[in-house]
Amino acid sequence: MTQAATAQPEPPKADDYIIQVRDLVVKYGERTVLDGINLDVKRGEVFVILGGSGCGKSTLLRNLVGLMRPHSGTILIDGKDFTAMNDEERIEIRRRLGMCFQGSALFNSMTIGDNVALPLREHTRLEASTIDIMTKIKLELVGLGGFDEYMPSQLSGGMKKRAGLARAMAMDPDIIFYDEPSAGLDPIVAAGLDSLIRKMQHTFNLTSVVVTHEMESVKLIADRVVMLLKGRVVGLGTLDELRQNDHPFVQQFFAREPDDESTGNANYLESLTA
Amino acid sequence: MTYLLGYTGRSTLNLLYAAATVCVLMVDTVNWTFIQPLRGRGIRMRSAVEHFVEFGVRSMPIVGLICFLIGVIMALNAAGTLATWGATRYIANLVGVSSLRELAPLMTAILITGRSGSAITAEIGTMKVAEEIDALNVMGLNPTKFLVVPKFLAMLCAVPCATVLSMLIMIFGGYCVSVYYVGVDSGIYIDQTLEALEMKDFVTGMVKSVFFAVVICWVGVFRGFQVEGGAEGVGRQTTSSVVTSIMFIIFVDLVWTVLFY
Ligand SMILES: Nc1ncnc2c1ncn2[C@@H]1O[C@H](COP(=O)(O)OP(=O)(O)O)[C@@H](O)[C@H]1O
Ligand SMILES: [Mg+2]
Repeated sequence: MTQAATAQPEPPKADDYIIQVRDLVVKYGERTVLDGINLDVKRGEVFVILGGSGCGKSTLLRNLVGLMRPHSGTILIDGKDFTAMNDEERIEIRRRLGMCFQGSALFNSMTIGDNVALPLREHTRLEASTIDIMTKIKLELVGLGGFDEYMPSQLSGGMKKRAGLARAMAMDPDIIFYDEPSAGLDPIVAAGLDSLIRKMQHTFNLTSVVVTHEMESVKLIADRVVMLLKGRVVGLGTLDELRQNDHPFVQQFFAREPDDESTGNANYLESLTA
Repeated sequence: MTYLLGYTGRSTLNLLYAAATVCVLMVDTVNWTFIQPLRGRGIRMRSAVEHFVEFGVRSMPIVGLICFLIGVIMALNAAGTLATWGATRYIANLVGVSSLRELAPLMTAILITGRSGSAITAEIGTMKVAEEIDALNVMGLNPTKFLVVPKFLAMLCAVPCATVLSMLIMIFGGYCVSVYYVGVDSGIYIDQTLEALEMKDFVTGMVKSVFFAVVICWVGVFRGFQVEGGAEGVGRQTTSSVVTSIMFIIFVDLVWTVLFY
């Protein structure tokens, strides 16, 4: 599990970057939420996006999977500009992406099995029996074998997230995005999900982009980390590199210190309105 | 004053924006319902049938009951006045014409709005809040094709079908009052009804009901996609979906009535 900290990868060539984000600016109406983000994700690594609540992590993820169009800047996926594509091309690219949503976003009117089978049914011409087998394999993979007849409402939070992962894996994506995979789960279940993320990355050589605000899971899963503060990048690198970073916010995050009491409220309000 | 102007400006902009969104939704729905299937992209027929059962078949008990009662009420009201002229047989004309032209389509549409228009908004709104719509998009599945088209087709069949039944039931309500309460001869009532009704009355009612179906579906879907925030957002839009929908139904009704006469 500490392989993240000990591995010494040689500097990758430019085409080893599967995602490249350049000067990304995202606005909700007049409000700038992401302000000039630059980052690169290497093929096959677990890349963690770390930051406090409301700093724009989910927004960044929504841009990376093309759910939002940025105000300016480019997102290259495998060297192709995702932001400049038409809808057909986007759909092609999206088939290579999987996303696990914060609240799992399973379709509540369908069984777990149908949820996982859905992308296969809609995008492939496979036999029903083949799809059935593939669905069972994916569920087995995330530790939910035998749950395909359950409805999402019958599962616990952690199981829902696992089912969401199985669905995201259905089309065998190259990159998988996780939005707060361990949020709202107890530490044991959360640790289980963390090791699942590692296992997926390991078994399928998946590139994983994980959004989180929990230092504990970062230590377990991260190859490299980007740290966001109010829509800006304040640190980027391996966990060890980040520890050396002397930006006060980074240090504060590592030390788990609260904001200074006198400025705490002001900071909080600022973070809401920034 | 500036406040008032600003408010007017903002409201107008919002309205225009909503209108634009609705237009996009309409084009998209029609595209995925009628044009894309010709290019070999299927329709989720099973889902459409399920929705038809939900919108049409399951709403029949309540629609039937209300329409029967409206028929009864109309006949009772008419009986009082017409009895003074000894013209109770004309209850049949009154009930027949008003049900076909106006009341059966309108009541059916309003009841289905309350029952299913709100359900459409709630379903889509809940899916939006739970990021399920985003999940569809990420999977490369078009929400219009996936969610809207089955509902649209189902509504397009369910409302006219329910309307035909409502027409019959309403007339039956009038028949019951006339025959068993007022004492009109059963044969005379049926003859009067058949004589009074023209094909045009029926067609007017059916055309209206098709347009009502479109209104119910689109308003429901549009409001659903408008949901922001959490559960209370769903509640708010569901209420406003029913209100908006009924308003548009009456408006469309007015336009058609003016056009036909
Ligand atoms: N749909 C939206 N409309 C307007 N503002 C939004 C919307 N979604 C998020 N925001 C704002 O953008 C900021 C970043 O949100 P988000 O990316 O969800 O943060 P995080 O996931 O890091 O907690 C927040 O301050 C939030 O209020
Ligand atoms: Mg978030």
